[in-house]
Amino acid sequence: MKFIDEYRDPEIVVGLLKQITSASVRIARPVTIMEICGSHTYAIGRFGIRKLLPDNIHLISGPGCPVCVTSARDVDLALYLASLPNVIFATFGDMLRVPGTGGNSLQKKRAEGCDVRVVSSADECIGVALSHPQKEIVMMGVGFETTAPTIAAVINSCRKKDIRNFSVFSVHKIVPPAISALLADPLLNIDGFLCPGHVSTMIGAAAYQMIPDARRAAVITGFEPVDILEGVLMLLQQIENKNMSVAIQYSRGVRPEGNTRAMTLLQSVFETADAQWRGLGTIPESGLALRDEFAAYDTLKKFSLPDIHTGDIPGCGCGDILRGIKLPHDCPLFRKVCTPANPVGPCMVSSEGTCSTYYKYD
Amino acid sequence: MKYDKILLEHGGGGLLSNELITEHFLPRFQNPYLERLEDSAVLSIGNQKFCFTTDSYVVSPVFFPGGNIGSLAICGTVNDLAVCGGKPLYMSCGFIVEEGFPIESLDTILNTMAEKALEANVQIVTGDTKVVARGAADGIFINTSGIGVVEYPGVLSVKSIQPGDVIILNGAVGDHGAAIIGARENLSLSSDILSDTAPLNDLIADILKASPNVHCMRDATRGGLGAILAEIAKSAQVRIDIVEKSIPVKENVRGICEILGFDPLFLANEGKMIAFCPEADAKAVLTAMQSHKYGRNAAIIGSVCKAEQGRVVLKTVIGGERIVDLPTGELVPRIC
Repeated sequence: MKFIDEYRDPEIVVGLLKQITSASVRIARPVTIMEICGSHTYAIGRFGIRKLLPDNIHLISGPGCPVCVTSARDVDLALYLASLPNVIFATFGDMLRVPGTGGNSLQKKRAEGCDVRVVSSADECIGVALSHPQKEIVMMGVGFETTAPTIAAVINSCRKKDIRNFSVFSVHKIVPPAISALLADPLLNIDGFLCPGHVSTMIGAAAYQMIPDARRAAVITGFEPVDILEGVLMLLQQIENKNMSVAIQYSRGVRPEGNTRAMTLLQSVFETADAQWRGLGTIPESGLALRDEFAAYDTLKKFSLPDIHTGDIPGCGCGDILRGIKLPHDCPLFRKVCTPANPVGPCMVSSEGTCSTYYKYD
Repeated sequence: MKYDKILLEHGGGGLLSNELITEHFLPRFQNPYLERLEDSAVLSIGNQKFCFTTDSYVVSPVFFPGGNIGSLAICGTVNDLAVCGGKPLYMSCGFIVEEGFPIESLDTILNTMAEKALEANVQIVTGDTKVVARGAADGIFINTSGIGVVEYPGVLSVKSIQPGDVIILNGAVGDHGAAIIGARENLSLSSDILSDTAPLNDLIADILKASPNVHCMRDATRGGLGAILAEIAKSAQVRIDIVEKSIPVKENVRGICEILGFDPLFLANEGKMIAFCPEADAKAVLTAMQSHKYGRNAAIIGSVCKAEQGRVVLKTVIGGERIVDLPTGELVPRIC
C-alpha cells in the first residue's frame, strides 16, 4: 500500500538500526528518549520497536494520550453530565471505559440507561442535535491541537445553523505547556523527545523551542516504523554532537510554521485556560476553554455543575508513568489488579495508553 | 462482583465475553460437553457421533455489502459444525422480528437463507417466529441451531494441538468486519469491501480428505484471527508463533484499518478458518485449501511450540515481536 509499505520496509529498518547502533556505541552511555504522543507509543508496541533498539537506548512514554491525561475529576463530571435526564452524551470511543471514582465509567452509565453515544467525529453531533430537538447534546471534547480545530469548526457550524441544543464539555489540552512542565521536573531524566507528528502539523516546530533551550534534543517524528527509527537516529545525532535543535523528520506532514488556518480557527473559538492533567497536576494555560462569545456552546456555562474534587486514584501509578518516572512494570497494580478488562487507571484504558500498550505488546 | 449490569463489551467476543461464560454460564450448566467450549458439542448416540451447535445473529445493519443477516445465520452455524468435523445436515431457525419490519426485507433474507442452505447442503427442518412491539428489538434477530454427523475418526479439539503443528489459514482476514464498518452510516466512508460470509463445510471436507492428521480447526469470527489464536494458545497451553507478513489482508481492508486505527487481526470474519496439523501434512492441507474456491489465498501463517504459558507471539513486518492477546473494549458492536 502506497505511503505505508515504504515506511515499513524491513531493509530500510535494518539499515536504520545499524546506524542507531553505531551512534549508540559512540555515545557510550544510557540514553533516554521520551515519545510524547500516544500514537507513537502504540506504533512502538505494535511493531515491536523497543526490543530492536540497542540496550543503552531506552524509550519511555510521555503524557501524550489525551484520554490518559484526562483527570479523574473531569471523568466524574462527564459521568454526572451523562446521568442528566435530558442529555445525550456524545464521546469518542476510548473515553467509554475510563474509570472515574469508584470504578464507574461511561459504559457502565450507558448500561444503566443513560444515553451515551460513541461518535467518530464531532460532526456527527450536528445530526444528532437536529434529530433530537428536545434533547441537549453534550460532546466531550477530548484531544490536543489536532482534535480541537474540528470541534471549533462544528461549534461554528452550529452557530451558523442556529442549533442551540448542542454544547461541548471541553477538556482539550495543548502540548507545549505539558512539555515545559516536564522539563521543569527535577526528577525527569530525559535526553531527547520524539515530538508528536500530527500535533506538529498544527502547531509547527517553533512551539518546541523550550526543549533545545533546556539542552535536550527534539525531533518531530511520523508514526511509521521507519519514521520512528529515523527520529531516534536524528535524536542520537543531536545528542552525540551536543547540537540541540527542533528537527523535523516528518517533513511529509509538517511545515515549520504549522497549519496556520486551523490554528486561527482554533484560537477564534478557544482560549487557553489552566487545566488539570492526570499525573501532572494543574498546568497553567495548558487547557482550551471556549471563549465567552461561545458561552451558549460551553457545557460548563450552560449547565450548573456540582463541585467535584476528585484526586488521582489511590495506588494507581499512571501519574508517574505519564511523567516518564516509572514504567508500567513498576506499578504495583499492573497486570495484577489493573488489566485491560478491568482497568484502574486511564493508561490501561486507552489503546494508546502506555500500560495498555505494554500489557498487549511486551 | 466487578459488573452488576451487562455491558455491550460482554458481547464482544473478547475478555469480558470470556469472563461472562466462565463465571456465570459454565458453573451452572456444568457438563463435560459444554466445558470444552468448542464451536460445537460433539455427542454420541449409540455408535454414531453427532455435533450440535447454536448461534444468534443480531448484526447491524441487517443488509451489508456481501450479505445480510440471513447469510450469516446459515453460514455461521454451518461453519461451527464443520470445524468440529461435522457434516452439517439439519438446521432450525428462530426469528424475532420487530413490528413494522418490511415483509419485502424479510423475504430477501429468507431467499438468501434458502440459497446458502442449498449451497451448504443442509435443510431447515424446524423453526419459530415471534413478533415484538416496535422498539423491543432492532429490525430482526435470528437464532439458528444445527446438527451434523461426525465421520472423521480423529479428535478435532484444541486439546489435540501439539507442539510442532503448523497453522494454515484459508484466506485474507478482516473482510466481514471492514464491510460492516464501511456500511455503518456514521463513518461516511465509501468502500468496495464485501463481507466474506461463506459456508466452509465443503472446503473443510476437502481438508479432512487430504489429511487424516488435522488436530484442530476453528472459524475466526467475532474477535477475528487474533482473538481465536489467543484463546487457543491459552486453552491448549502452548506458544503460537505467527508471522505478520504471511497473513493475507486485502488492500482495501488494510486501508480502512489504517484510516480508523483498527488491527485487521481483530476484525471479524465469516468465511475464514484455521487448521492445525503436523508439519508433514501441511502441504497437503494447504493444497486442498488452495484448490477450493473458499481457500484460493490460503497460507501457512505460523506454528505451535511448547510453552509453560499460553501466548501468541507475532513477528511484525519489520522483524520485531509483539504479543497478541484477547481484545478488550467494543471494537465494533453487533458485528454478527
